[in-house]
Amino acid sequence: MAESGGGNDIQWCFSQVKGAVDDDVAEADIISTVEFNHSGELLATGDKGGRVVIFQQEQENKIQSHSRGEYNVYSTFQSHEPEFDYLKSLEIEEKINKIRWLPQKNAAQFLLSTNDKTIKLWKISERDKRPEGYNLKEEDGRYRDPTTVTTLRVPVFRPMDLMVEASPRRIFANAHTYHINSISINSDYETYLSADDLRINLWHLEITDRSFNIVDIKPANMEELTEVITAAEFHPNSCNTFVYSSSKGTIRLCDMRASALCDRHSKLFEEPEDPSNRSFFSEIISSISDVKFSHSGRYMMTRDYLSVKIWDLNMENRPVETYQVHEYLRSKLCSLYENDCIFDKFECCWNGSDSVVMTGSYNNFFRMFDRNTKRDITLEASRENNKPRTVLKPRKVCASGKRKKDEISVDSLDFNKKILHTAWHPKENIIAVATTNNLYIFQDKVN
Amino acid sequence: MWEEAQTPGGSASAVFPGLLRRSEVGLGRVPETFAEVRGKLPCAFSNASRPVNRIVVTKAPTACWNRGSPLPRLSCGLRVGLTRRQDPDNRSLKDTMFARGLKRKCVGHEEDVEGALAGLKTVSSYSLQRQSLLDMSLVKLQLCHMLVEPNLCRSVLIANTVRQIQEEMTQDGTWRAVAPQAAGRAPLDRLVSTEILCRAAWEQEGACPAPGLGDGHTQGPVSDLCPVTSAQAPRHPQSSVWEMDGPRENRGSFHKSLDQIFETLETKNPSCMEELFSDVDSPYYDLDTVLTGMMGGARPGPCEGLEGLAPATPGPSASCKSDLGELDHVVEILVET
Repeated sequence: MAESGGGNDIQWCFSQVKGAVDDDVAEADIISTVEFNHSGELLATGDKGGRVVIFQQEQENKIQSHSRGEYNVYSTFQSHEPEFDYLKSLEIEEKINKIRWLPQKNAAQFLLSTNDKTIKLWKISERDKRPEGYNLKEEDGRYRDPTTVTTLRVPVFRPMDLMVEASPRRIFANAHTYHINSISINSDYETYLSADDLRINLWHLEITDRSFNIVDIKPANMEELTEVITAAEFHPNSCNTFVYSSSKGTIRLCDMRASALCDRHSKLFEEPEDPSNRSFFSEIISSISDVKFSHSGRYMMTRDYLSVKIWDLNMENRPVETYQVHEYLRSKLCSLYENDCIFDKFECCWNGSDSVVMTGSYNNFFRMFDRNTKRDITLEASRENNKPRTVLKPRKVCASGKRKKDEISVDSLDFNKKILHTAWHPKENIIAVATTNNLYIFQDKVN
Repeated sequence: MWEEAQTPGGSASAVFPGLLRRSEVGLGRVPETFAEVRGKLPCAFSNASRPVNRIVVTKAPTACWNRGSPLPRLSCGLRVGLTRRQDPDNRSLKDTMFARGLKRKCVGHEEDVEGALAGLKTVSSYSLQRQSLLDMSLVKLQLCHMLVEPNLCRSVLIANTVRQIQEEMTQDGTWRAVAPQAAGRAPLDRLVSTEILCRAAWEQEGACPAPGLGDGHTQGPVSDLCPVTSAQAPRHPQSSVWEMDGPRENRGSFHKSLDQIFETLETKNPSCMEELFSDVDSPYYDLDTVLTGMMGGARPGPCEGLEGLAPATPGPSASCKSDLGELDHVVEILVET
């Protein structure tokens, strides 16, 4: 249902913001992942404190048709706890690195959440009725003295306030030596992959005590390590195909039918380096931080430090489209290296019709690129325009000296305010944008 | 290539005479001193709700760590490095570098490079920038060791950058010129020192790239030297800086604070060092396997090259302490620049 007109024909409006208002950010509240479920009705966020918060969209109010339903908290639970690895004397962070929803098969919802080492399958179920009228139990649960029972009755279900329960159904642990950066559910909905810096494992959702290693790029001699895996994803339609990206800017497509261990890729996607832009930072900025297939499965998108690239799976030697996210940072790479911002891992996402792509930037800016009109827009996630249905004003960063009115100069950008995680509703023009500790929801203007 | 590049600058062995010996002693836990310190720091990733003391426990069942030993000097010093993003102390470098991407073709850059690098006046500005980038990278790599959970991707990227710079500097021939003044240093020391830049952190996770100098050299990893030589690794390109700072008088204060930690190392079983750095894929949590390895089945992998370097003699801890005193002052200088 997303318009083909794309990011610039849409007028984006502020809808909601979730999270604390004060500037003092609690470490545990830093949002680390955002993901819509397959219908878009549920929106899950994970944070550094190991918690998952799920928002549910209100059913559209037929009377007030000028806005889509709001997202309200549906469930909150502690997914991961901090652990201590006694063998290595390392603390394992509870930060949720990724959340992936399973498609809904029954009344309950399932999602996978992962920290650095352990993946968990959570079942989120609703309870809105409870049995009442037991013979041997009081309403509060205490047991009645059987001798006081004089009549018998049949317990019945009565409505109760909606209660949402989250229970861990599977725990997939002890399979990763390095830090998990990606999980991806296969289109067969039975298996999924988890990727860490050097290995990718294939799991079955029902089996927790073993997994298959399908990619292993750890060199025999660790001195020769120069490249790590940065992201991985299954193809949306082909259950035998997956891709993984590397810190050297390459993407490898692997076919699991070819061999059990997919160390040899079927396709290697790599763009030759532009010699005029070569610097000591070339490799770092070419490191891919996110890879996402389009919904159609024909294209994939990669995000490196300065750009977003769209690849046609049939063409390996270069991307079909390249969009510069914040080219004005190219001359600042040394400072960004010094303050470590150059290692920030930005994510990217497609809209439902694969016509627009979105990614985050600094100063709480995020960018959208319309693939059809080739236009792009920069918007800001801030509390300043708090009123719902306020249309967001496009922002512009001025790279060179002369700064026009309303433009922001590169030197005034706040590099602590970065938008790393964004998500787009699978069917509608609703986007979720995560700043450090706040979640913004924007919608297109509905007339 | 590296044979020619080996300069006579042998400051490492001059300052740290016991460099090779330390490895033989099997002080595998030296890196953990920095991990230990991190627990005290207002690090970006400290979490008040975590009850766990970040002091690292030893693998040897009988060793006892001096938990909670105060390390005020080291803490203060390291804080500069660890609060990376808004670091006022690094602002000078930032100001210098801000509007300049470091491009290979960028020559004739006229801007003056201030402060610590002024000692290399005769080198061109591009080389100065490149040098400071190298220094920055090496400091970052060293700080990697101090983090309890180093980010492997970041470490690999920084190491690759270091390798690129070193390769270019070797081609230019400037690698030689920038070498430390101290003479008589064995080439092996220098190679070892930079090679293990990332060794500590990665060996913990079973991974370790050599930042370039390992090319062509098959010597085994000197795993247990980690923070010692990683601290001194940046030294060889910028020893002039440290000379300027007049480091000697600061040694004593460090020495005392680290003593409390290092005295616990004396009870360490040297043979379990190998197991510490061995790759623990699976059985990952198999305690039996680990303990068996600790007892007597020393895995040849990580340390066999080391044996080739020098005869393995169990060095006394005393020599280590003197070396560690020198390490202290090196670290202090590093973090205070």
